[in-house]
Amino acid sequence: MMGLTLVPRTKVSRLREVVTPLIAFAAALVIAGIVLKAMGKSLMVALQVYIIEPLTTSWGLQEVILKATPLTLIAIGLIFAIRANRWNIGAEGQYVIGGLCGGAVAIFAHGWGGFWVLPLMLAAGVAGGVAYGLVPGVLRNRFGISEILSSLMLVYVAELLLDFLVRGPWRDPKAFNFPKSVNFDAAATLGPIVEGGKLHWGVMVAVLAVVVALVMLGRSLFGFAVSATGEAPRAANFAGFNDRVLTLQVFAISGGLAGLAGVIEVSANIGQLQPSISQGYGFTAIIVAFLGRLNPFGALIAAVVLSMLLIGSETAQIMLKLPFDMTRAFLGLLLLCVLAGEALTRFRLVRKP
Amino acid sequence: MSTAPDPGPVQPLIRCVGITKRFGSLVANDAVELTVLPGEIHALLGENGAGKSTLVKMLYGLMKPDAGHIEWKGRRVDLVNPEAARALGIGMVFQHFSLFDDLSVLENIALGTPGARADAALADRATRVARTYGLDLDLERPVWTLSAGERQRIEIARCLLQEPELIVLDEPTSVLTPQETETLFASLETLRARGAGLLFISHKLEEVRRLCSAATILRGGKVVAHADPRAETAASLARLMVGEGVSDVRAKAAVGSGPAFLVVDRLSVKPEISHGIPLREVSLTVRSGEVVAIAGVAGNGQSELFAALSGEGGMITAGTITLDGADVTRLAIGQRRRLGAAYVPEGRLGHATLPQRSLSDNITLSWHETENVGGWFLSLERLKQAAGAIIHRFDVRGPSTDPRAAQLSGGNLQKYIVGREIERKPRLIIVDQPTWGVDARAAALIRQTLVDIARDGAAVLVITQDLDEAFEISDRIAAICGGVLHTPVATASTTREAVGLKMTSTDRQAEVAA
Amino acid sequence: MIELIPLILTTIITAATPLVIAALGEHVVERSGVLNLGVEGMMIMGASLGFAGAVVLDSSLAGLVIGMAAGMAMAGVFALFALGLATNQVATGLAVTILGLGLAGLIGQSFVGMPRPPIGLISIPVLADIPVLGPALFRQDVVVYLSVVLVVGVAYVLRTTRAGLILRGVGESHGSAHALGLPVLKVRLMAVLFGGLCAGLAGAYLSLVYTRFWSPGMTAGRGWIALALVVFAAGQVWRLVAGAYLFGAIMIAQLHAQAGAIGIPSQLLSMLPYLMTIAALVVLSMAGRRGTGAAGSLGQPFVPDR
Repeated sequence: MMGLTLVPRTKVSRLREVVTPLIAFAAALVIAGIVLKAMGKSLMVALQVYIIEPLTTSWGLQEVILKATPLTLIAIGLIFAIRANRWNIGAEGQYVIGGLCGGAVAIFAHGWGGFWVLPLMLAAGVAGGVAYGLVPGVLRNRFGISEILSSLMLVYVAELLLDFLVRGPWRDPKAFNFPKSVNFDAAATLGPIVEGGKLHWGVMVAVLAVVVALVMLGRSLFGFAVSATGEAPRAANFAGFNDRVLTLQVFAISGGLAGLAGVIEVSANIGQLQPSISQGYGFTAIIVAFLGRLNPFGALIAAVVLSMLLIGSETAQIMLKLPFDMTRAFLGLLLLCVLAGEALTRFRLVRKP
Repeated sequence: MSTAPDPGPVQPLIRCVGITKRFGSLVANDAVELTVLPGEIHALLGENGAGKSTLVKMLYGLMKPDAGHIEWKGRRVDLVNPEAARALGIGMVFQHFSLFDDLSVLENIALGTPGARADAALADRATRVARTYGLDLDLERPVWTLSAGERQRIEIARCLLQEPELIVLDEPTSVLTPQETETLFASLETLRARGAGLLFISHKLEEVRRLCSAATILRGGKVVAHADPRAETAASLARLMVGEGVSDVRAKAAVGSGPAFLVVDRLSVKPEISHGIPLREVSLTVRSGEVVAIAGVAGNGQSELFAALSGEGGMITAGTITLDGADVTRLAIGQRRRLGAAYVPEGRLGHATLPQRSLSDNITLSWHETENVGGWFLSLERLKQAAGAIIHRFDVRGPSTDPRAAQLSGGNLQKYIVGREIERKPRLIIVDQPTWGVDARAAALIRQTLVDIARDGAAVLVITQDLDEAFEISDRIAAICGGVLHTPVATASTTREAVGLKMTSTDRQAEVAA
Repeated sequence: MIELIPLILTTIITAATPLVIAALGEHVVERSGVLNLGVEGMMIMGASLGFAGAVVLDSSLAGLVIGMAAGMAMAGVFALFALGLATNQVATGLAVTILGLGLAGLIGQSFVGMPRPPIGLISIPVLADIPVLGPALFRQDVVVYLSVVLVVGVAYVLRTTRAGLILRGVGESHGSAHALGLPVLKVRLMAVLFGGLCAGLAGAYLSLVYTRFWSPGMTAGRGWIALALVVFAAGQVWRLVAGAYLFGAIMIAQLHAQAGAIGIPSQLLSMLPYLMTIAALVVLSMAGRRGTGAAGSLGQPFVPDR
């Protein structure tokens, strides 16, 4: 195509692997900048809104960390799945079900629950995410159904289910017909790390997840089995790693972490159930995972960066009259740039001989 | 043996002048000269990695030389793509068939014939060509139902439809039984008699001596000799091909066969993949201290048998497998390894190893169940140590101390894989195609190693397409065909022809007659 | 009751047509060995740009053409990465979907709430006069007829022509195709662009004919359902069409059930198409068609050796 062809690189340089996502991010920024300029928007204001403000004000920084928390948690789970070449693109649905299950506990215990509410909520959120995540895994194992399609279909189902519940059986009767549940009690709220601060314990959970995932993927036999299954399924089978069990494991991990993210979000941040409890975290986390090169620590960094953009996009809707779709388009563009960068670490582009 | 033969009054069909091709630092072809005359069957000899395939790809326009040029009937030509080569009259029969499994024979022929549709007109032409050259074809059948020999006939028919003047055959006999080889040679002889030039690529020297009237020998990318194979011995050709110092396998001292270690009793297996071969009541015993070879043309159930014996897959519908008396029919590969078994699959990259992982990482694959690799937290130290020991013991050569599997040549990687399994001191080792595509030196080392561990008391089962190899190393030999395994017989008391006949028969009773 | 039949049939046809077209396009793409998961993104770009074009030019037909171009442009982006750079096809398709959803929203924001007049219907003489079925089946808009032509055309080209044979060959084994000198990447590029054209047309049909207004996210997973239909079809065009019409019927039944207030919450009815998609794949698998029908090198990137 176009007189160019791909030639595999014989050596993979460590430096190039680290620099590639940075270059990809920069490339996406440049393209987005050109588009903004063409739309007649001020680049200086955009820079201020998207990058400087979120990073320099303490309000902005806290918000960045808060949004990075679900992104990190979900992305960590997705890294396990993607490394094993299992395409769980339904994390959004597992997140919603996690929030929903946790929320159910909070609603059930409303007004009389005690210290046990919060642990039970978290457990219910994780269990819900695991169960919902296992569905595409089981469908794949049992019926050979593409997990891509089934996991995505289940996102719509989960969103509709939540919508139904908060407009129907779980609606707060005192909320003037607003589609929302009761406000959660203090016992159902994940508290701040520092009294009066905004950062809640969920942030620590996300950091812990990064550390655990780093150890599991980098050093453990299980991590090796996950990667082997993704890189060469026949070799993994030769090693005796059970493909079906592993499928269920990675779906349980990614579903569970997405569910955990969901329940943390409704407990610590939203404080109630409402028709929408996600800003597309489940899909953005896919990009986080790739931008972080499927490395847990990389994902943490990537989550912070994308969270910054998400915060910026909220301000941009007011300051620049840029709808959220602008950010979504940028995320798509960014994923393309990351994939291209990935390709160029493996191949050189040369003129056709 | 001389320098390039004087073309004399006959106009050469094709002449390669100073062809050079590099891949990075590797010089695959170094100023190669080659001339093929019409009405001549010309051998291109060389062992794996000598540069034969690279040269052939350039002759067919699939690659372009970095230096040098090609002349067609005295005129310099630029072969930019396969169409250009075909338009001149160059036809190609690949070693790895360029076939489409789910399409019919006729559709396969149409795809290789410029401008053709899979219609009645093409069917007529194909039938006519097939009849002329004695190629038996059923045009309606999907390719995946065909044997290797039948598949090759599609390739040849496809090539002949274009009435080529030069036909290149890349290792055409490597997948054929001795009988199928005879049929092929008859067709080739007809072609030669009609004035076509043939370039016959092989490393099987006896065949070359029988069939070819000229030979060009490549070693390490260079032409080392032009020769008349009829005037050479197999030994002298081998020396030219390989250089000095490749020894035959030392026959092992006769060991009284020990107790039966692997016993397979009337095993029937349904394949897991859609185009797989079902195994039908396979029975087999391998004793400690002996080498048993299973000979057969690729695609006759070898992969399915290997998968069933290793526990990797296949639905066992009847029969049992026991290891040292323990029933392992339902056990996974790891549990079988615990009982002393080791396995070397055919696919080196992506089956026996993770291509993009280092040799030390790859240790984990087959060691984690039985050897100390550090437990749940892998010990990089231990893995490196193990890899180092194997690299040292089996003379594995790579670009660094702990290279990625994909960076090794076929021979070095195979030495590593066999070494990795032998280092575990298995009591049974099952090896699928131990030396397929491996250079002669590594092949000799691997064969010797297998014979040696049998002498030290291990049970060895070798599945191979290479009948010579089967005869060289085995104590007993069995043929496999269409998922049916013939009863093993003592290698010393049978012949290549007898085994070859069984390789084309699914009738177990027929063996008495053979 | 009988006078309702033509109306219901027509709505089913209108609901099924975009699915038929989008799935047919992806069918061709997958026959060539490429898995483009960007159908949803290409479709919504067709819906948004097609609608915008129709408003600006005040012509729904022009809008349909622009929608096709938009889908093709997105397919071009996919091809540039997945074919040109051999990037992972699943991830690239996802990126195209996300990018398409964003861009379509951006483009469509100034057109929210604008109405479009219905597109003209073409009656086929004589046939349209058949009682009951005539008006339902033979009084349709141009795209419905075009979808029939596309179905027949694709089936014919794939089965009997050399171009179709080459396309299937490239999908079955790109290695063999390359060795025979067939232009693997060129064939795949053509297929992907055709898939984009179809998805774009399907999207434009949604906004210009089916709903006749633009709303963000209006494809609502139809691109994904189209992908599932291709799996369901298992290589057979007629199964694809049958599946699309079945889904059209489910969507319409579901809408009628919502309107008819039969006591089932609307959200639960809205889940039906998604759950049915999974159910259809389960049934397909139980019928023993597992693993059959997909092209041999589906989803594998192709990098030619020199």
